[in-house]
Amino acid sequence: MSQKRPKVDAVIVGLGWAGSLMANELTLAGLNVVAIERGSWRDTSTNFPTSIDTDELRFARRREMMQPMAVETMTFRNRPDQEALPLRDWNTYQFGWNVGGAGTHWNGMTWRFLESDFVTYSNTVEKYGKKKFLDGMQVQDWGVTYAELEPFYDKFERIAGTSGKAGNIQGKKIDGGNVFEGPRSRDYPLPPLERTQVATLFDKGARELGYHPFPVPAGNTSGAYTNPLGVHMAPCTYCGYCEFFGCGNWSKSSPQACVLPALMARKNFAIIPNAEVLQVNLTADKKMATGVTFIDADKEEWEQPADIVILSAYQFDNVRLMLLSGIGKPYNRDTGTGVVGRNYAYQTISGASVFFKGQQFNPFIGAGALAQAIDDFNGDNFDHSHVDFIGGAVALVHSTNGRPIGLASGVPPGTPAWGSEWKRAYKESYQNYNSIYCMGNSYPHRDVYLDLDPEYKDRYGRPLLRVTFDWIENDKRSGKFMADKSVEIGHAMGAATVVRSEPTAQPFSPMDNLSSHTTGGAIMGSDPNTSAVNKYLQSWDVPNTFVCGASSFANNGGYNPTGTVAATTLHAAHAIVTQYLKAPGALLKV
Amino acid sequence: MKLHKTRLRAGIAVLAGLVLAGLLLLVGLLLWRASQSAQAVREPALLTRTESYVVPHIDHSSDTALIARGAYLARAGDCIACHTASGGTPFAGGLRMHTPFGVIVSSNITPDKTYGIGAWSDAEFLRAVKHGVAPHGKWLYPAMPYNLYARVTDSDVLAIRAYLNTVPPVHAANASNQLTFPFNIRPLMLGWNLLFFNPAPFQPDSQRSVEWNRGAYLVDGLGHCSACHSGKNLLGGDTDYLQGYDLEGWHAPEITGNPYTGLGSWSTQDIVDYLQTGTNRYSGASGSMGEVVSDSTQYLDAADLKAIAVYLQSIPGSGKTAPAPIPAEDPELTLGHQIFLANCAACHQSDGTGVEHMIPAFAGNPGIRAEGANNVIRTILLGGRTAATQLNPTSAEMPAFDWKLSDAQVAAVSNVIRNSWGNAAQRVTAQQVATLRAELKAQPQISADR
Repeated sequence: MSQKRPKVDAVIVGLGWAGSLMANELTLAGLNVVAIERGSWRDTSTNFPTSIDTDELRFARRREMMQPMAVETMTFRNRPDQEALPLRDWNTYQFGWNVGGAGTHWNGMTWRFLESDFVTYSNTVEKYGKKKFLDGMQVQDWGVTYAELEPFYDKFERIAGTSGKAGNIQGKKIDGGNVFEGPRSRDYPLPPLERTQVATLFDKGARELGYHPFPVPAGNTSGAYTNPLGVHMAPCTYCGYCEFFGCGNWSKSSPQACVLPALMARKNFAIIPNAEVLQVNLTADKKMATGVTFIDADKEEWEQPADIVILSAYQFDNVRLMLLSGIGKPYNRDTGTGVVGRNYAYQTISGASVFFKGQQFNPFIGAGALAQAIDDFNGDNFDHSHVDFIGGAVALVHSTNGRPIGLASGVPPGTPAWGSEWKRAYKESYQNYNSIYCMGNSYPHRDVYLDLDPEYKDRYGRPLLRVTFDWIENDKRSGKFMADKSVEIGHAMGAATVVRSEPTAQPFSPMDNLSSHTTGGAIMGSDPNTSAVNKYLQSWDVPNTFVCGASSFANNGGYNPTGTVAATTLHAAHAIVTQYLKAPGALLKV
Repeated sequence: MKLHKTRLRAGIAVLAGLVLAGLLLLVGLLLWRASQSAQAVREPALLTRTESYVVPHIDHSSDTALIARGAYLARAGDCIACHTASGGTPFAGGLRMHTPFGVIVSSNITPDKTYGIGAWSDAEFLRAVKHGVAPHGKWLYPAMPYNLYARVTDSDVLAIRAYLNTVPPVHAANASNQLTFPFNIRPLMLGWNLLFFNPAPFQPDSQRSVEWNRGAYLVDGLGHCSACHSGKNLLGGDTDYLQGYDLEGWHAPEITGNPYTGLGSWSTQDIVDYLQTGTNRYSGASGSMGEVVSDSTQYLDAADLKAIAVYLQSIPGSGKTAPAPIPAEDPELTLGHQIFLANCAACHQSDGTGVEHMIPAFAGNPGIRAEGANNVIRTILLGGRTAATQLNPTSAEMPAFDWKLSDAQVAAVSNVIRNSWGNAAQRVTAQQVATLRAELKAQPQISADR
């Protein structure tokens, strides 16, 4: 029998970027909000100050900030006819385990998806015909457009203190920015980060090939900044300890650095950390949520009643909580019916390693999003009439870190893995190595989905989430295409040795650590038969529940997801405050 | 024998003389105090304008207005800071204050009739706040700054009373003080009062602006700035007005117009920013001052804060100037500079300019150059968090370096900070660091051999 807490206006499950942005908007609107976070309170100066943060072994190798597998893991298989097994070691999926969520340990690439990413289905049909979709693909539009999200992308960039250079302000294309991006209302709040030597070579090589290089928009501050919440950020020091690390300098966009100081000062907001939500509680007719049940740090079970439930846990956990709570009909791969677990997507990865002679790349000068990129082959930025796939990827060089353990494998092929020859090669490569990294679109497919595992359970006896994923044919073709492009760019940069990388040619394994970006499973759309939530992230089935995060993406863009997680969440928050509160419990007009 | 008698007689005479002189002095002091107490305000009209500076037309007819004014003034006096235990109910008392004379526990000032001030008459409240004597002749210790609150007008004190009457009463007795003999004898405060307590009302100065007078009224009255920022004699009486003082392991810096160690080099707006947001271009409030900003000054009207700044900057102060700096080629500074680059420069910037409103600068920051180096040393050892305020919720915190740096390293980097970018200050020694490390119970440096 669980104990009962006083009822609140809204309960937020998971306090990462989505949860804290939502909490900020709802508390500003006067709602009484409680956030429940599975991880602990982690604070810049207490948990990852500069004096201890730069510890690669502790944070990057042993992943001290990540949720351990013993707390929760998932089972994985490549195909529906296989038996899935649990992941028992650190792998490509990286869950935050603290207040701030993955927004504390991310790298900071703060992208907007392309206009075409939101309307991939209608755009493809219109330009190339339905036949362009390969067998089994379940591509569908998002039900929301770039234009609708633009003000919320803009709002997030202001809150986060994003550094970048606009390539399209209100339709006016600007050289040096990303000329393929959708029209922006204005430039980034901060100018781009300083450019490194390897980025300069990339920029030059890409221009010679006729491409349009630009600095990646960065959640690493290029200067001191004060955000609209009155929170100050300090300039990035280019220490290169971003991904897997908290930022000790208040220079990486994160809930800690950007939102929590303002949020924590509000009397109508409270956090319950170290508490895991087991399920969303529903009314007997399953048409409304009444709150959530959680287990606190002392293993006591509690009920938190609320008028509004916000699911803003990690993408996988949002889907799992919906399945465990009975919100929405589970996806059935055989019948093609159901929506929860449907349209899972990942990130298509390929690229090339580049080795130079006589360079001084000084890779210890780095930042999580310090990168130069081209978007010429991303989404539908190029004519796909003569290729046999849709989508593509961003291609970039990344000066993210010169950490001694992490770079140790960056040696030319054929180098021994240890001994004096390896040492000699590593010493040489440290100043001469980088890679071209392509982050590609990933599109939904009938055989790629999430459901509850029939066998494996978590520490509370609840089924684990089961991931069924392999590269689909479209991924393989776009991965091959981008690997070829990467080799071309590598040579144009003047690399002495270019090593092609095409992971999509092999079956996918989560142990390969290619990308942590996972999307879908509770996707937004305009049809309740093929989507779990509407464009305001409101559950079609339980309308006082809103599901925020990358779980709502109808397909993955060729980018990191955070900017779009934030924009869709702020868009939903705006709808809750301006529309939903006037008629609580009703579906919003779409 | 005869000789002995003579000596005895002489001794008695001297003693009698001393007693007589003592009695005369006592009578004189009593008469002086009575005259001070009875002193009329020379310019009541100017005092009225000073009192009503921010709210020119005080609405005396409405209780709501009176209570609102009282709430504002209670914040100006920062009553909540001492009269609330850590994590306790506001104004219910119970905060343990460690003084050189023992522990003094603050009292319950909620309107509870048994344990609070609910049963007190207005006259009793005024006598306690302004004269340090609670009902039934209980002498208060000057941890309650009645020696300064004596300057506050009766109507302001009674407005605070009106506000306190509205807070929820707490029916809980106060814990007893733990003072050592003889300080546990309350009537001894009569003697302290005779020596150090001047009950004269605030006398506005017509040669100065109303703004200046308002500043003086707030600083010397409710603001009770001199409680920390003035020197203290052996018995806790104030000396060296607002010229800085070391207490509780901190240095409360000089806050006069002295351009080197005081506030003379800052603009008036810099001081307003500091008190209103907890930060400015140069510095940030942390520790006890951080609490003052969070609990009190951030809520004051900008006009009041400007008045405070104008008044403080008008005080000539100590006249302290820069000593000869430690030369840059001093081997200790060479070591200190390396420590600075590895540990400090990332946030404080290699040119010592910090980050405005977030990370204190070392250049242009008079607190850094003060003779008392406690703030610099203790912040390196234990770190420090700047105040969180409505206008600046950031509350950036510096981490502790006690585990990382040795006494000699802390001293070396302190000397760099205090002797670079135009700064010059007395050398900090490793021994000084060791003493403060022990006093603050900071960690020892972690051994590399562990």
